[in-house]
Amino acid sequence: MRKVAIYGKGGIGKSTTTQTTVAGLAEMGRKVMVVGCDPKADSTRLLLGGLAQKSVLDTLREEGEDVELADIRKQSFGGSWSVESGGPEPGVGCAGRGIITSINMLESLGAYEESEGLDYAFYDVLGDVVCGGFAMPIRDGKAQEIYIVCSGEMMAMYAANNICKGIMKYAQSGGVRLGGLICNSRNVDNEKEMIEELARKLGTQMIYFVPRDNDVQRAEINRKTVIEWNPEAPQADEYRGLAQAIDDNEMFVIPTPLEIEELEQLLLDFGLMEA
Amino acid sequence: MGKAHKLVQWDPHNVKEKLLEKYPPKVARKRAKQIMINEAQENTTPEIVANVRTIPGIITMRGCTYAGCKGVIMGPTSDIVNLVHGPIGCSFYAWLTRRNQTDGINDSDSNYLSYCMSTDMQDSDIIFGGEKKLEAAIQEAYDLFHPKAIAVFATCPVGLIGDDIHAVAKKMKEKFGDCNVFAFSCEGYKGVSQSAGHHIANNQVFTHIVGSSETEKNEKYKINLLGEYNIGGDGFEIDRILEKCGITNISTFSGNATYDKFASANQADLSCVMCHRSINYVADMLETKYGIPWIKINFIGAEATAKSLRKIAKYFDDQELIDRVEEVIAEEMPAVKAAIEDVYPRTKGKTAMLFVGGSRAHHYQELFNEMGMKTLSAGYEFGHRDDYEGRHVIPDLKVDADSRNIEEIHVEPDPELYRPRKTDEEIAALEAAGVDFKEYEGLNPMMEEGTIVIDDLNQYEAEKLVELMKPDLFCAGIKEKYSIQKLGVPMKQLHSYDSGGPYAGFQGAINFYQEIDRLVNSKVWSFMKAPWQENPELSATYVWE
Repeated sequence: MRKVAIYGKGGIGKSTTTQTTVAGLAEMGRKVMVVGCDPKADSTRLLLGGLAQKSVLDTLREEGEDVELADIRKQSFGGSWSVESGGPEPGVGCAGRGIITSINMLESLGAYEESEGLDYAFYDVLGDVVCGGFAMPIRDGKAQEIYIVCSGEMMAMYAANNICKGIMKYAQSGGVRLGGLICNSRNVDNEKEMIEELARKLGTQMIYFVPRDNDVQRAEINRKTVIEWNPEAPQADEYRGLAQAIDDNEMFVIPTPLEIEELEQLLLDFGLMEA
Repeated sequence: MGKAHKLVQWDPHNVKEKLLEKYPPKVARKRAKQIMINEAQENTTPEIVANVRTIPGIITMRGCTYAGCKGVIMGPTSDIVNLVHGPIGCSFYAWLTRRNQTDGINDSDSNYLSYCMSTDMQDSDIIFGGEKKLEAAIQEAYDLFHPKAIAVFATCPVGLIGDDIHAVAKKMKEKFGDCNVFAFSCEGYKGVSQSAGHHIANNQVFTHIVGSSETEKNEKYKINLLGEYNIGGDGFEIDRILEKCGITNISTFSGNATYDKFASANQADLSCVMCHRSINYVADMLETKYGIPWIKINFIGAEATAKSLRKIAKYFDDQELIDRVEEVIAEEMPAVKAAIEDVYPRTKGKTAMLFVGGSRAHHYQELFNEMGMKTLSAGYEFGHRDDYEGRHVIPDLKVDADSRNIEEIHVEPDPELYRPRKTDEEIAALEAAGVDFKEYEGLNPMMEEGTIVIDDLNQYEAEKLVELMKPDLFCAGIKEKYSIQKLGVPMKQLHSYDSGGPYAGFQGAINFYQEIDRLVNSKVWSFMKAPWQENPELSATYVWE
């Protein structure tokens, strides 16, 4: 089983990218489990066709220790499994601690056992690596390969670089590696070239360039991934391409994060270039 | 081997060098500033670095901010429900460990001292926040006891997840109407030592309780006793003496304290400060807000007790009280003298080391002096520079980020309750007559030249000191007790007094002489080594040879 975590700046499209990629992998016949690691518990909405999921932490709170896998794991699109870690209301408690608890719970319930026949476990992680809890999936070998969703916007690249620092810290002690950057295009000038260059400087690759297409939003309104909503749409093929690229990927590295000046220079070089 | 011989072996500079020898250069440089060879002369004693962070990796003797707030200051109060918001361990290990005593044992009195109350936070409370659980716990405590007040203490995780304990306390206070609920942001990680916790506790007591009593106190000589925690019954002995003299102790902060005593503190006419470190700022605030002057006193040591009583009598400037105090001293002293005469031949010339608290390392030297014992080395766990060098250094104290982290409350004269107890002329006259107001000279001038003053001593240095200087007695806390005893040196806990006490006042002094005599003259230490360690070879012969 490959354990994959998707990180990236908040609002960059991690959840949509993760779910649509998982839909693509499911179509290819892969058995996938998605674990949403966002207290909002909205990482599996498109695969489940709505926010019907009861989170691990809610279940734990209501049922006590007597929790079964079936209580917290739901069958979703294409035979995939969906799990939401959940967490506290904004402004109270500790969401990071919640993620640690819920991943431990999944492990102790045997969600990752060989008998489950999983090809992939996907972790969709909140915004940035804000504290130890959110780094949980990249610690202790919970996730082995990381993909960072980014775009050609400064803050997205800055976040990607920051996440690389987190990965580097844990890569040295554990087995986690960076699998590549996924460019979720925002139609920035020279975006593809810029992200390719950023990836090169980080010692990794841009694994896929996902063009911008409003079909994604149309599908979202219908609570579906674009693959499920309109399998014939050109954008559906793009995600199938991303799924294939991840399935075929063999480049796993320890990233080399950039100094902030270097990052600014990159933006300057590509931003001012003729489109 | 004679003790004198060992002493000449090391001069203090050598000892300091030896203590620092094994440290990495940076650590040695830092520690060197906290180890001072005392010159015992006013204003020439070199500056000591104190109240700074302990260097990571060093096994410090210090406690945490929560320990200072809940354990030291609020712990001894008997009728305030102390509710700890946090995991159970923080409550359990702070449960009755200071041996605070109370006389609130009648059915009519509320006494919660023996209880251990906690919200017992679990994993899910950390994740989802513990405010609801805290609210429920406050309600439960209220329903069970109907106390006058409930105090809520924050532990480390509460600070990390950001539970708003003050908002919860305020809400519950308004809901109850007849119970004062207030909270302390005394997370263990705050500040550099328990000193920060004392500060947080005292500020809240001052803000939420002092001045709120409506009962009028009409006694003649009314004082507050600040910084006395009634460990082993110290406070009872002091109260006995004060009462005998006709002095009324309105409020002790916080030994054997009750809510009402705190609330009436503004009605005293003099504040007497025992532990300068933990409470001098409260004395200042009582003066600013209510007009009560303060003096430093010390009831540890028979001579010191007599001196303190005379100082109080002098302040009230009433011949009747002055005479009564002399009578009491004359009545108490013969028993003290007899006890000294008994132990003196055995304790004279013995040596001691004291590393306790923020004033005990100073006060107890009085008792040792009375017994003819010399203090070779002493220091505080959580003292600040003024506790070593005297209050004159306060204007020069460096305010660092750690001290800024602790709330300073600003007080102004109370529009209704402010009443200067003495005019400026009266104060000046008293000062001329030798009553020092707001004055504390600190530990250093008390100690002999060439003694070693060490701030924030640690496990390694303690063992090294004992090994080098071989004192006859070592005084510190429970964490140090057994490691020192293993070195073959008697150890007396001066935080909790082991199982002894009281040691304050006249009776206390007698108890202390006897206890120390017992410790330093015990034969038990000569049995530290088994016979075969002394004489490894046994010789024997076969009977047929």
